[in-house]
This record gives sequence, structure tokens and C-alpha cells, in this order.
Amino acid sequence: MATEFKPEWQGFAAGKWSECVDVRDFIQKNYEQYNGDESFLAAPTQNTKDLWNQVLDLSKKEREAGGVLDMDTKVVSTLTSHGPGYLDKDKETIVGFQTDKPFKRGMNVFGGIRMAQKACSDNGYEVDPEVVDFYTNYRKTHNAGVFDVYDAEIRKCRSNHIITGLPDAYGRGRIIGDYRRIALYGIDFLVEDKKAQKDSYGKVYTDDVIRAREEISEQIKALGELKQMAASYGFDISKPAKNVQEAIQFTYFGYLGAVKEQNGAAMSLGRTSTFLDCYAQRDLANGTFTEEQIQEFIDHFIMKLRCVKFARTPEYNTLFAGDPVWVTESLAGVGVDGRHMVTKMTFRYLHTLENLGAAPEPNLTVLWSTRLPENFKRYCAKVSIGYSSVQYENDDLMRITHGDDYGIACCVSSMRIGKEMQFFGARANLAKCLLYAINGGVDECTKVQVGPKYRPITSEYLDFDEVMERFDDMMEWLAGVYVSALNIIHYMHDKYAYERIQMALHDRDVRRYFATGIAGLSCVADSLSAIKYAKVKTVRDENGIVVGYETEGEFPKYGNNDDRVDAFAADLVSRFMNKIRRHHTYRGSFPTMSVLTITSNVSYGKNTGDTPCGRKHGQPLAPGANPLHGRDTHGALASLSSVAKLPFLDAQDGISNTFTIVPDALGKDSQLVMSSDFDIELTPEQIAELEKGGCKSC
Amino acid sequence: MEGKIHSIETFGTVDGPGVRYVVFFQGCPMRCKYCHNPDTWEVNAGEKKTVEEIIADYITYRPFLTEGGLTATGGEPMMQIDFLTELFRQVKKNKGNTCLDTSGIMFNQKNTEYIKKVDLLMEVTDLVMLDIKHIEPQAHKELTKQENKNILAFAQYLSDKNVDMWVRHVIVPGITFDSQECYQLGWFLGGLNNIKAIDALPYHTMGVPKYENLGIEYPLKGVEPLEKADAIKARNYILYGMKKRKEAEGKA
Repeated sequence: MATEFKPEWQGFAAGKWSECVDVRDFIQKNYEQYNGDESFLAAPTQNTKDLWNQVLDLSKKEREAGGVLDMDTKVVSTLTSHGPGYLDKDKETIVGFQTDKPFKRGMNVFGGIRMAQKACSDNGYEVDPEVVDFYTNYRKTHNAGVFDVYDAEIRKCRSNHIITGLPDAYGRGRIIGDYRRIALYGIDFLVEDKKAQKDSYGKVYTDDVIRAREEISEQIKALGELKQMAASYGFDISKPAKNVQEAIQFTYFGYLGAVKEQNGAAMSLGRTSTFLDCYAQRDLANGTFTEEQIQEFIDHFIMKLRCVKFARTPEYNTLFAGDPVWVTESLAGVGVDGRHMVTKMTFRYLHTLENLGAAPEPNLTVLWSTRLPENFKRYCAKVSIGYSSVQYENDDLMRITHGDDYGIACCVSSMRIGKEMQFFGARANLAKCLLYAINGGVDECTKVQVGPKYRPITSEYLDFDEVMERFDDMMEWLAGVYVSALNIIHYMHDKYAYERIQMALHDRDVRRYFATGIAGLSCVADSLSAIKYAKVKTVRDENGIVVGYETEGEFPKYGNNDDRVDAFAADLVSRFMNKIRRHHTYRGSFPTMSVLTITSNVSYGKNTGDTPCGRKHGQPLAPGANPLHGRDTHGALASLSSVAKLPFLDAQDGISNTFTIVPDALGKDSQLVMSSDFDIELTPEQIAELEKGGCKSC
Repeated sequence: MEGKIHSIETFGTVDGPGVRYVVFFQGCPMRCKYCHNPDTWEVNAGEKKTVEEIIADYITYRPFLTEGGLTATGGEPMMQIDFLTELFRQVKKNKGNTCLDTSGIMFNQKNTEYIKKVDLLMEVTDLVMLDIKHIEPQAHKELTKQENKNILAFAQYLSDKNVDMWVRHVIVPGITFDSQECYQLGWFLGGLNNIKAIDALPYHTMGVPKYENLGIEYPLKGVEPLEKADAIKARNYILYGMKKRKEAEGKA
């Protein structure tokens, strides 16, 4: 699609990006590295302070109201469902809320009407009966579709929690639209591009072509609706953004459209900072805006991201330990040409923590590389120490497979922006699977026959080879049921809760990841280690079901950089991934796996009986790839080295390690003085006191 | 060669420069009232480890230790001086940085055999962190059950040999949180010429649960942890003492 160089692009270096949609090319041709320190950053303006105080006040009221301040119960949230909403129109430089006022939660029904009803009723609201009737009897939802197809075995696995957190009643999320495209190209250009894509399919109407053409039509409609939404705020987004303020605003409109349409399990932003810095640099050079103004735009943008809210149930909040949106923004990283991608904007994003204070959202994630500039590393450390709100991920590892324009969805799921998406798959509980192997498929908590009736282990003491053989068979079964459930879920989500606006901001041919996950890794590794290196005696109930274990003797524990047990963990990851790979995955998706429960490990632990490693029923599993609590005794590097042995290519959706440390254990600051600073003068009072003979309290 | 090791910490950030692999030696002759590692006192305890074992483990962490190295602490590492020297020798062979965190209590000028050993140890030691508990002999004995004569002699020995030294001094309310004591310590240190850093450590109570576990009564019961700012105050008196001594000797 050849095109003229648009007037809004004046001052940018042309490239492939000015001919067709290619945001990465634009960034690579136009970004300016920044190697300096943070001294250029601007403090919050009075308007920023006023607006943020308003947000804090609303947050307080929301807490006092029991967690929800207001909910829509009549109008189903769509791109155009609500008129504009403001905190204070005169002070906001970046605008837009999900509904017509801040802190009023929208009603998302396409994931499932029952979940929407429950989210309302649990918070003391009631969905309009007409809406319930419509989405029960006339318009099917994702949730209804899934349960029409689920078989008895999947239902049992679900209710016994060996497969948990499945996105079968709520939005799957984990898709990142390339929201930057709106700023760079404007909607009209994108619509033309989508029309051309639709025509490119030809006339042979296979199922795939029919679906693709229908989806692109939906995408085109969504782009039109987004234009309407922006117009209601007084913006014309049909054309490209003219300056950095518009670029931020247009990008945000794209994201806002996504969170109006979808209440997804993670609604991440992408990788916007370096992109936006191209505009900021141009505006600074032209004198369009000052540093203070640009920081104000970013502060207001981040403030908006902090105000994204969804209607959710208490159960959902238990699973995710709170009410996270996972507005993950990926910062920094290094380009494939070796240039780091730190810009002034990267600093400005982190600086919002200093201007607005600490916050869990947006989830600012630094794509870390040893080659990031020293000044930036120092600033990261400073902000981390001050606000404990920055996440770090290994860019040197991910760049190999994902290039330099990927972003993180949720906490660790990496994907090329606008080119890749994922089918979020929650996780299978491998600790429970091990217990099923021992008990021949009987659930240790509910005593229901959930898995296949394989021979249980009948010996008093567990034999490693015997357990391993049964465990392997049980994992084979579990992988099959698990993949089946996910195939059904994603078929139905595409059909009934399609992410129109987010997919409109993707290429025609998207790579889809089939993102499975596992929980309980360290628990299983330790259990296998206990069985192999110590003696594990089974404790049975009156029906012979093993409900407890007595472990005698020492055994190596995961988290101490000990190959004897770390090898079990690495093997489990590869083994289960290979079992997943054996199955058909929906829509030609590419199977991956994650080891990343950051919060739900607590609730999984409640549903997992005693394990051979000595963990008791109800005790939490470790988060992600962490060692079980308190079992790593050789310090952080040993613990992290165990994690680092896990094969990333068999856990491409990400491996997480949750690491907490008190600032004092991270090094010394003020009381250690080096010889260059030995020269000191005391106050006259202090000297007088010394001459008197000193005192017992300095 | 085998040593008695209490434990290993792979991510030490407060025991010398940079990130350090920290080896806690078992056994200590001192009984400092504020000791936060009473579980390292007993000489006939700990896990037996060979130098090779520790080195094999240590090298796996080298990518993280580029600005740091290995620290021997304890317990009192110099109680196992042969093992310690061999360990440091192997670290140096692997181009690592060595740091000895010691009380200096084992030093004995009269024992020429021992001095020879210390000479050998110093050949492979990059930095000594000397913990001087108290500058007054009597108060030192009261605080640690040992005299400080040899400790101060060790400091002088290090200065004469020009071994880089950091001096650590724990600031305890009612004991060393005392301007005169700090000043006197500074005065002593001002006579040395190898000091690269002064670290005034605020007294903390994180070791108390260990006493409970070991069934030992905690000697400083009721003493409140010291604020960081107060440790800095105390440190300034040390620095001032050093300055005055240097001025008096015309070195400043």
C-alpha cells in the first residue's frame, strides 16, 4: 500500500514504515538513545498534583464503600457505550475513562453473563433483568459456549482443581494491540490496510477464510467505533498524531478501547515509551513543548492507566490476590543492531513513580540487558529502592527469539507487538498430578476418581522408579485433558468474545501462542528428591488412599544450586512441555508453557494435599519457579541459579521468580565511608562536649 | 584440606565491596555481647568442607561477582588459618578478590610460627575488614571476654605491611555509642596508614531469635537497636579522632 509522506510525519526519517504499517521500522529509524542521567526530569505540575489528589480521594471513597464505588448495571460496555468521562476537564492533558465517570466500573458480558451478574451481586448491585434475559436467551456468551462442549472429565478436573484458573467464564486477556499504530498512522490508514487484507484472501471460501473475513470486518467496524469514541472527547483520530501529546492520547485511546471491550485476565499496554520519545524529541527540537509539559502528559497518561478498573468477583480476586489489570509496559531493552533502546521517555515513565508515588499499575517492566547504559541502571536501582514498583525481565534471553519490538503481557508472557498474540491457558497443577499418580487417579482431597484408574502405589515406602513411571503416565493423561479444555475455550472465545479492537491493531497473519502453564514445580522437584534421596513413608486413610507422608532423612532441595534436585525441575519442564506438544492445538497455534504463578499459588496450595516433600495440605505452593518457602538456604544467587537451570525454550511463555529483599540487605549506604571522604569537621558543640570528656550517647 | 564451615551465603552485599560469596567459618573465641551469630561460636561443630568443594561452588557464581569476590567471616576464620590461606590461595588462582572479616583476636606477636602463617595469609588477602569492638582494654574485656591488646597489634601489623583495611565498629547504645570511645578509636586509627574505609554499624537485634533457639540468655536484653543516623554521628567522632591524630603528627 504505497502512500505519500504525510504532513504529520514532517521531521521523521522515512522508511518502510512510511509505506506500510511497520511501527518497529519507524522506531528504529527515528529514536534517539539517551545515555545521560535523570537530572533533566521535571517535577509534577500543580495540575498533576490536583488531579492525583482527586484520584487518591476517589480511591479512599472506593475502599470505604467496600471495594467498588459505582458500577454500570444497564449499559453493556462497548467502544461507544458511554459518553466522555473526566476528573477535571480543564486540568487533564490526557483524557478518557472506561465509562462516563472515573471509578465507575463498566459491565462486560461477552465473557459470560453469569460472571457479570455475580460481579455485580457480590458488590451489592444487580444487572438489569433485560440485559440478563438478552444475554441468556438471545445472544450466547463465551462461557455458555464452553460449557455446551465440555465433557465430564474436563469438568471433574476443573472442580477438583488439578486444572485451575481456566479462562472459561471470563475474558482471556493476554493480547496486546499495537496501540501505537493509531498515533503513527491514524484510523483511516489502518482501515484501508484492513480492507486490503480482507481482499487478499481470494475466492476460495474455506472455513478459515470465512472466519478471517468475518473477523476483519469486525475489526474494521471496531476501528470506526474507536474513531467515534475519540470524537466524543473532541479528537479526530482519523489522521496521524501531530505531536507528542496527541501521540500519547491516540495510543491511549486504542488501549482504552481495549479495556472498554474486554475485561481480560491481563490487559497489557505493550512497548510505547521509545516510540513516543520520537515525538517528544521532535517537539523539544521544534519548541512545541517543554520538558515540564511532556512530563505532565506522561504523568496524566500513567494516572489514567492507574484508574483502569473491572467488575470482578471475590473469587477472582482471591485467585489473583487482588484486582490486577496487568497494565504491563515494557521499557528499555536493546535493539537487534546492538543499540540500547533507552530514551528520555524511558526515564519519564519511571519518573512517574516519583511524581505520583508508588503503585502496582501500570506494571513498569524493564527489559534488562547487561548493555543498558550505566546511568539508566543506576536510576532503575534508585527508583526500585524508593518505590518497590519495578519489574525486571531478561532482554538478553528474550531478544533471541522475539527481536526488539516485543512486549510483556501480564507478568512474563512475551510477544511481538502487533504480530503475535496468545491463547492464555492458566495452568495444570503438577503437584496434584504427582499425588494422582500415587493414588491411581483418586483426588487426595475430595477422594473422587478424577484421573484414569491406573494402578495406585500400594507399598508403604515410595520407590523412586515406580513413582516416576506412574507420574509420567499421569502427566501424559493430564496434558491431554488440559489441551482439550483450552482448545474448547479459545474456539468459543474467538466466536463469542472476539477481541475486535485489539486484533484490528495486529497484522493479518498473526502468530498465536497456545500458552499452557504449570504450578507446583518446586514442590514436585523436592518431592521426587525426597523419594530418591530420603525415605518417604505413606500414610493412608481407611480406604487406602495416601493422605500424608512421613519423610525420614535429608534430601537435596530445589533452590540451593544443587544439580541432584535441580535436574528434576528442569526435566519436569521439558517433559510436560513435550507431552503438550503431542496434541492438536486450536487454530494452528504454537504450544508454549509458563512457570509463573505469582499469586494464585496460595489458592492452589489450599486444594493440594500433603506432598512427599513434607509440605502439608493447605500450605501454599511456591510462586512461579520459586523454591518452596524457606528451603533455599544458600542465599539469593544459589536460589536464582536453580531457577536459571530451567530450559527457557520449553517454557517460552516465561519463568518467574518472586524475590523479596529488605533494602538494608542490598548493600550499605550512608554509614560506610571511604578514605576519600575521611576529612570531617565537627560542630563547635560536639567539640566542646568531647573536651568535657565525651558523653554516653554521642 | 578440610575446614569447619557454618554456612555459605551466595549473595553477600554487606561484607566487603561488591556482591560477595561469603563463607561463614565455624568457631570463635570471642563472646561479644551483641554477636548476631552465636551459632558459629562452638568450635567442634559445623559442616566439614574441602577447599576444592567450596571453590567448585564459588566459581559457578563468578559472573555475578565481577565487582566483588569471596569473603571469609564467621565465626573467626583465623582460627583455621591453614585452611583459610589455602582457600584464599585458590580464589586468587581463579583471579578472584579475597576479603577477610576478622576480629584479629588470634594474632599473637610472640608466636613467630603463627606470624609466619599470617604472613602467608596476607600474600593472598586483598582486604582485611577488622572488627574493633572497643578501644578501652577493660571495656573490651567486659564486652567480649577477651583482651584487645593483640587486636590492636594486628591492626599495626597490617599497617606496617600496608594491607588494605576497613575498620568496622558496632555502635551499641550505652557501650560504644559514646563520643569519647569513638574519638579514642579514631585517635588510634589515625596512627595507621592502611585504612581505606570506616564502617560504623548500627547495633541491631536480628540475632536475638538465634539465642532463643540455642537456649542462651541474650546479654543485651532490652537494648534498643540504634538508628542509622546515630551510627553516622558516632562514625564522625571516629573520623574526627583520626583527623586530630594526623594533624598532631603533621600528616594531614
